[in-house]
Parts: sequence; C-alpha cells; structure tokens
Amino acid sequence: MNENMRTKRWGQEAVETKGWWLAHKWLVLRRVSQLGILAAFLVGPWFGLWIVKGNLNYSLTLNTLPLADPFILLQSLVTGHVPEKLALIGVAIVAVFYLLVGGRVYCSWVCPVNPVTDAAGWLRDRLGIKGGAHVSRNARYWILALTLLLAGITGTLAWELVNPVSMLHRGLIFGLGSAWMVVLAVFAFDLFVMNRGWCGYLCPVGACYALIGKASPLRVTAVKREACNDCMDCFAICPEPLVIKAPLKDATKGVGPVILASECTNCGRCIDVCSKDVFSFGSRFNNAASMAGVARAASKRSTQVGSAS
Amino acid sequence: MDSAKKSVLAARRQFLLDAARMAGGVGVLGLGVGLHAKQAKALPPAAIRPPGAGPEQDFLGACIRCGMCVRDCPYNILFLARPEQPIATGSPYFVARTGPCEMCEDIPCVKACPTGALDHKLTDIAKSKMGLAVLVDKETCLNFLGLRCDVCYRVCPLIDKAITLDLRHNERTGKHTIFEPVVHSDQCTGCGKCEKACVLEVAAIKVYPVKLAKGELGSHYRIGWEEKQKAGGSLVAPEVEHQYNLPEGMRYEHGKGLSSGPPGTMATPEAGVDSLRSVVPNPGKNAAPAGNIPQNIPGGGLSSRMSDDAPR
Ligand code: SF4
Ligand code: SF4
Ligand code: SF4
Ligand code: SF4
Ligand code: SF4
Repeated sequence: MNENMRTKRWGQEAVETKGWWLAHKWLVLRRVSQLGILAAFLVGPWFGLWIVKGNLNYSLTLNTLPLADPFILLQSLVTGHVPEKLALIGVAIVAVFYLLVGGRVYCSWVCPVNPVTDAAGWLRDRLGIKGGAHVSRNARYWILALTLLLAGITGTLAWELVNPVSMLHRGLIFGLGSAWMVVLAVFAFDLFVMNRGWCGYLCPVGACYALIGKASPLRVTAVKREACNDCMDCFAICPEPLVIKAPLKDATKGVGPVILASECTNCGRCIDVCSKDVFSFGSRFNNAASMAGVARAASKRSTQVGSAS
Repeated sequence: MDSAKKSVLAARRQFLLDAARMAGGVGVLGLGVGLHAKQAKALPPAAIRPPGAGPEQDFLGACIRCGMCVRDCPYNILFLARPEQPIATGSPYFVARTGPCEMCEDIPCVKACPTGALDHKLTDIAKSKMGLAVLVDKETCLNFLGLRCDVCYRVCPLIDKAITLDLRHNERTGKHTIFEPVVHSDQCTGCGKCEKACVLEVAAIKVYPVKLAKGELGSHYRIGWEEKQKAGGSLVAPEVEHQYNLPEGMRYEHGKGLSSGPPGTMATPEAGVDSLRSVVPNPGKNAAPAGNIPQNIPGGGLSSRMSDDAPR
C-alpha cells in the first residue's frame, strides 16, 4: 500500500490537475526571494554596486534603511551591551515586519540555510532514507534559551561561533573560509540523521522568529478542507507537518481552518502541492470553524458533558 | 481504570525521560559551545581590532559581526574572521604587517558601526588604542646595530610622541651613538604603520593587542614621585634637606656638581650622613658623588648607572 503510494511523487497530482506553474508557484517565488536577497548583498562586493551593506545580522540598504536581526541583538543585550540607535531602529523594523507576516517567513523566504535543508529533505526522499534520531520539536526553544544563557555567562556572543545561519550568509558575502564545512554538516545531518532535523527541531534562529510571529495576521489556512481527499501530499512536503493536522482534520472538534501554529513557515508549499486547492494564504482572524463542524462539535461536547455527570 | 492509570504513569515516565534527554543533550551542546567561546576569547597577537573597540571581552559581547566597519574602511584593511581562524568567528580585525590602519581623521569604521562596539565617543583618531607597538627584537633592529634606519620612527603618524629616538652610547664601537626607537604607550594608537614599514624580513617592531603588550603594576604600588607631585610635597614628612660632607668652601648643587661657594653657606654635616659617607669611596674631584645621588635624577642618575667606572 505504502509502496504503491510512493510510486507517485509529491505534488504529481497537483501538477496534473493544476499545471506545473500553479503546483510550484510559491516554491519559485520563494527561491526568487532568497536568491534576490542574496544577490542584493553580493552585487556590492562583486561589482561595487552597493545596494545593501553588511549581512543578515545587520544591514544598511541604500545607505538609509537599517535592518537588524532580533536574535543576535537579544544575545548582545544579554551580555550587557546596549547598542547604538541604528541597530535599535533596525531591529524594531524587522520585528514589526515579521510580527505582521509571520516570523518564520524569515526561514522560508530569506534564510540561506533553507535551500540547503530543503535540498537535503528532497534528496532524503529520493534516496528513500528512513528513520533516524528522535527529539522533541521543542528542542529549538531549549536551544534558544541556552544560547541566551551562554551569552549571559560568557559575556560574549557564544552562539555566533557556531551559528550556521550567520556563518553561511556572512561567508557568502565576506569570504566563506571553512564555513562550508558547517553547512555541509547541517546538510548531512538532515540527510542521514534526522528528516528536516536542523530547521524543524534545532535551529534557535528559526525558534526566535517563530516566537516573534506568534500572533501574525498573515497565515496559511485550509479554507476548503472539506475538499481534502487524504492524499497526504501536504504532510509529506511540509517542513513542519505537525502544524497542519488540527486545522485540516479537526473540523469536527471545532478547530478553525487557519494554521495558527507559529512554527508554520508560511512557505506556501502546501498550497502548491494540493491538487484540491485546499490551502491558501489568509488572515488569522478568518478562523471560524464551518457551521456544520461547530454544530457537530457542540453536540459532541454536550453529550460528553452529559455522560460525565 | 487500572490500565488507564498505568498508561498515565507510563506517559509521565516518558515525559520525564524525554525532558531529561533534552536537558542532557542541550546541556552537552551548551558545554561544547561554552568551552569553545572561552577559548575564542583570547585574541591572537597578530590580530588587531579596529579603532574604538573596547576590551576584548566587552567587544565580543557588543559586536554583532555585521561587517559594516569592514565595508566603510576606505583602505580595505579590515576583515571578518573566518571559522578556521583563532579569532572569534565573524569579528573584525586587521593585520598590521600586511595592512595597517591609516588613522582616517573622520574614522568611518567607527561611524559605520551600528552597535557602538566601536565606541562612537571616539572622535579623535589619535586617542584610539587599537594595540601597542613594541620593539620586540633589539638584536635585529637596524638602529640597535648602529645604523640610522629610523623607518618606524619616520612613518609614525604621531612621530616624536608615540615613538621617539632615544640616544645612547654605542658600547661596541666606543665612539658612536645608538638611536633607540622607543614607543610610548600613552600616545601610541597601535595603528601598525611602524610594523608595516619595518624593513627587516620579519619586523623587529610589532603591534600587539594592548593586553598582550602592556605590563601592569600591582595595584598596591605607588610611584613615589607621582604621589609627591599629587600631594604637592613629600609624603614622608618631614623631608630633610640633603647634606653633603664636603671640603671647606666647596658646594654641591644638583645637576651642576661641585663648585666652590662662599664659605659658611653649607650647613654642618650631621652625624648620620657622616657615617654613611664613610663607606662610599672618594670620587674624583669633578665626578658626582654617585653613591649619594637618587637614581631617578635626569642626567645624573642614568649616566652614573651606565658608565663602568661609576661605583655600584
Ligand atoms: S530554521 Fe534556522 S536555518 Fe532553518 S530556515 Fe529558519 S533560520 Fe534558517
Ligand atoms: S503548513 Fe504549509 S505553509 Fe506552513 S510550513 Fe507547512 S507547507 Fe509551509
Ligand atoms: S581608521 Fe580608517 S584605515 Fe583605520 S580601520 Fe578605520 S576606516 Fe580603516
Ligand atoms: S560594524 Fe561594529 S558591530 Fe559590525 S562588525 Fe564592525 S565592530 Fe562589529
Ligand atoms: S603603532 Fe607604531 S606607527 Fe602607529 S602610533 Fe604606535 S608607534 Fe606610531
């Protein structure tokens, strides 16, 4: 049965029904965004065309717009240093942006590690590598706490010594050195040790952005969940499959269709890959469970209450 | 009922186990990163921080490794450390021997720094303390070999302040002068131009991070003459006027030596000084009685210490 299913690739049905472009739209837009941002940083050092200076930790666009990474500034604050005005303005702009569009939009639309871990995930599926280590998806929040603790204890930005995210981005712009080894390690870890391991379980940068975007209005929503034919393509393609389950499947329990979990990266791959167009971008406030579902849920609850008493 | 209780217990045990595993894993990770961070705190001797950087410990907490300073340095001397280097990854540095700081008057690197890791209060580049130059090898420095190289001295942006040429007798030839380059830590900015300019294969003068280059007195030490100046007078009161036991009609004045003064101007020598005097061999008529001269007197103390015929 399972073997049978795997003869079809993820999203193949979507390609057949919607065409290649609609089945890859958000993926392509995402790659354009990731590459475009990287290119904006690179045309400076490569061609002397200074659109953006700096790197993802802090950058100055067109010599006017400061942008700063909240995670690194938080660490710096914990060491006891109060930054100058430009960094504070930069971090405020970034925080407000991700507060609105979803914190982990950083992960799927900006972060240079994402293509690496996406590639590892894709290859893992192609090679049929199964199993591996198991840890809680909350590990990342523990690691986030740990990095802040380390900053406090050592008085330095200790995590920056090993952080693959800033190491890769800084490396691409200022000279990679042996940073490629760290990136390769992340790739190998995702490929052999843990499916979607780095971004889905461990990375504290993603964890920090998830917390920032906890209440973001822009969310993916399973509006047409009644049309779901249980092909499971969205679960297979999603880097954070846990976030889909309740909004898609628990209409009967009165759960609304909006994917509220802040671990969702707003990557839109589930939208692409669903042949029934169940998913779309929407607002977190359009989250009423369908009337039928609510009614069913309400009656179920009342019977439960009745049986308990 | 019983099985439900059992499964609750099992779930609880599983939860505790998971929590312990998580704590263990994260703890080991933390230990690793923490130890690595501790190691990375020591700056290697050849890496000099840009102007305005505070003590290494503070700098590593304040600098967010963005590279804005690198970008705005017009001489492109700054680099961000790569992971394989023994410098905290991503932090900016320069190497004096290959690219010294040109001490820009408007200090663009400091202005570009968004965090203040490079202190924005630094507005006069001559007041920066990036490092400290040290003449590390007197055996190869051409000036010590008796030549007039002077290159380090000539290129110093703070010539005659940060670096001076101090003259001393060339003992080897017996008739020449050695022009010793001497760096003064209160003025040297650590820009590294001297190290860059040194004509040797390997520079005899090198710039080190201040912490590596500078000695430090024990906190209980007090420099006598400084304290005296601060207090506006001797602290070991009452200071006794120095007495010399000299032949009738002779006078000794500090800096001038012996002279014949009007008789009767000298006070009668005291017993204590008299007894001290007796153990010092009688100096020649024109030589200063070195045994009685405090060693820090310019002109007097030094020369008597250096010349071989002075009593020790
Ligand atoms: S989880 Fe971390 S590495 Fe992965 S995409 Fe997000 S920030 Fe990048
Ligand atoms: S739920 Fe959809 S948008 Fe969110 S992470 Fe998964 S695939 Fe991406
Ligand atoms: S003072 Fe000038 S030369 Fe020196 S590091 Fe700063 S920008 Fe570069
Ligand atoms: S500009 Fe400031 S924060 Fe950025 S790398 Fe240079 S010293 Fe560090
Ligand atoms: S490092 Fe050398 S050149 Fe620069 S101020 Fe000091 S003595 Fe002068």
